[in-house]
Amino acid sequence: MIKKELCQIVSQAEIAEHIFMLTLQGELVREMNEPGQFVHLKIAQHFEPLLRRPISISDIQKDKNQFTMIYRAEGRGTALLSEKKPGDVVDVLGPLGNGFPIHEAKPGETALLVGGGIGIPPLFELSKQLVKQGVNVIHVLGFQSANVVFYEDEFTKLGETYVATVDGSYGTKGFVTNIIEDRKLTFDVLYSCGPTPMLKALENNYLDKKVYLSLEERMGCGIGACFACVCHTGDDPTGYTYKKVCSDGPVFKAGEVLL
Amino acid sequence: MKSLQISLPGLDMKNPIMPASGCFGFGREFSQLFDLSQLGAIMIKATTYEPRFGNPTPRVAETTAGMLNAIGLQNPGLEKVMNEELPWLDQFDVPIIANVAGSQEEDYIAVAKEISKASNVHALELNISCPNVKIGGIAFGTIPEVAKDLTKKVKEVSEVPIYVKLSPNVTNIVEMAKAVEDGGADGLTMINTLVGMRIDLKSGKPILANKTGGLSGPAIKPVAIRMIHEVSQNVSLPIIGMGGVQSAEDVIEYYYAGASAVAVGTANFVDPFVCPTIIEELPELVRRLGFDHISECTGRSWKNG
Repeated sequence: MIKKELCQIVSQAEIAEHIFMLTLQGELVREMNEPGQFVHLKIAQHFEPLLRRPISISDIQKDKNQFTMIYRAEGRGTALLSEKKPGDVVDVLGPLGNGFPIHEAKPGETALLVGGGIGIPPLFELSKQLVKQGVNVIHVLGFQSANVVFYEDEFTKLGETYVATVDGSYGTKGFVTNIIEDRKLTFDVLYSCGPTPMLKALENNYLDKKVYLSLEERMGCGIGACFACVCHTGDDPTGYTYKKVCSDGPVFKAGEVLL
Repeated sequence: MKSLQISLPGLDMKNPIMPASGCFGFGREFSQLFDLSQLGAIMIKATTYEPRFGNPTPRVAETTAGMLNAIGLQNPGLEKVMNEELPWLDQFDVPIIANVAGSQEEDYIAVAKEISKASNVHALELNISCPNVKIGGIAFGTIPEVAKDLTKKVKEVSEVPIYVKLSPNVTNIVEMAKAVEDGGADGLTMINTLVGMRIDLKSGKPILANKTGGLSGPAIKPVAIRMIHEVSQNVSLPIIGMGGVQSAEDVIEYYYAGASAVAVGTANFVDPFVCPTIIEELPELVRRLGFDHISECTGRSWKNG
């Protein structure tokens, strides 16, 4: 059930360069179940910025009615959000979208969680839930450079974790796909969120595996009404059939939509 | 709520508030959030004869107090709207205004003829002003003679009254309004979006894949108010006003300018509950301003006394 609520900020901290971790408290946490869902935030009360900002949920703490997001302060909206302090309120619409199907990985099986940059946060809640149901998790996390690396320790506590940076300033130099190939990582299910070229590479490399990808797209409403975030389907790549990233996704089975 | 009940050609409405076309889909998403029967009417997403996928993404870009969109009239086509969307909407006690679009005259006529037969379609909104399709659309909305002729032809086949949606992207909006009035329009809806562009600082290229898009939101409200103020004094058709409406106060401003009902567009994306919120707040505001009925507000900015 989608709710709109003014949620109170519990804490906010910069955990890497321009990367912020924000925890909010509110009743709508009760509606949050699937990892990979997102919330749509109205950051200013008035017209500037006008539209909401879609941000993925990285951690759900049901017992405290709290949830956490990790975001990069890049545009006007997220920069304003990063200035907010504990006690301030944020207008939250959510939870939105369909998350990762956690039961695709059975207890005792291995799930490979592959994240790139600011696509990494939703994988944290996913990993927590997978571990809870007895799935063995391996994380492969890619960043631009050392200064924007975050959550390595948190992921390590849940399972094997590898880090790559594009410039080689931390971890393995290169891309997440290099790590998976070099280390010959094997898995039963792959879950991923990050830049489209990364998702494309994973989709092409593991055609015979169960692969679930979380997409990012510019959104208007976040609930499926405005048709801003529409993509073609794999079955009908040039036709009229479509999926909406916000309400049909953001998580799709590899091949379901055209990347 | 008696102070909000109104009648316009084809439309007996509980209140004068309706979501604008393209900002509410066919209502399915919003029906999960509130009872659509609360609305005065629903202007459904533009319907074309054939299905349309629309433009490539990015399709939206935020602007100062507004947004640009270039969706490109994505819709499932006449047949699906007739067989799936309209029957689904029939469960709600709310008149539907069907937005009719096309790239040639024959398309408009074919869609209008069929869709006006649906029992819950009480009026058509003739979309001659979409800035985001390459052929047709806005051409019909910028040349008075072409607009008049199209209105006349659609009027001949439609079983319900026709409201023509005017484009603000013209030099003389009154001339356009008079032309469609001559063509037999039953009402006007105004304004559609203003053509705009945003350029990305990193790439140096337009953000929208379509390059240009239609500007909507609070940024365009003063333009709409001015145009309605002008048009309402020069034609005798009722006007459904739209452009940046976010609050009950905005609704009254549209009425003062000359509107007889008001549609809410972009604000639905910002707050999906905005329509029911406005409907709830309006009666008190009307009373506070000293009116018994909202229709007393129409054209107050230019009427004597």
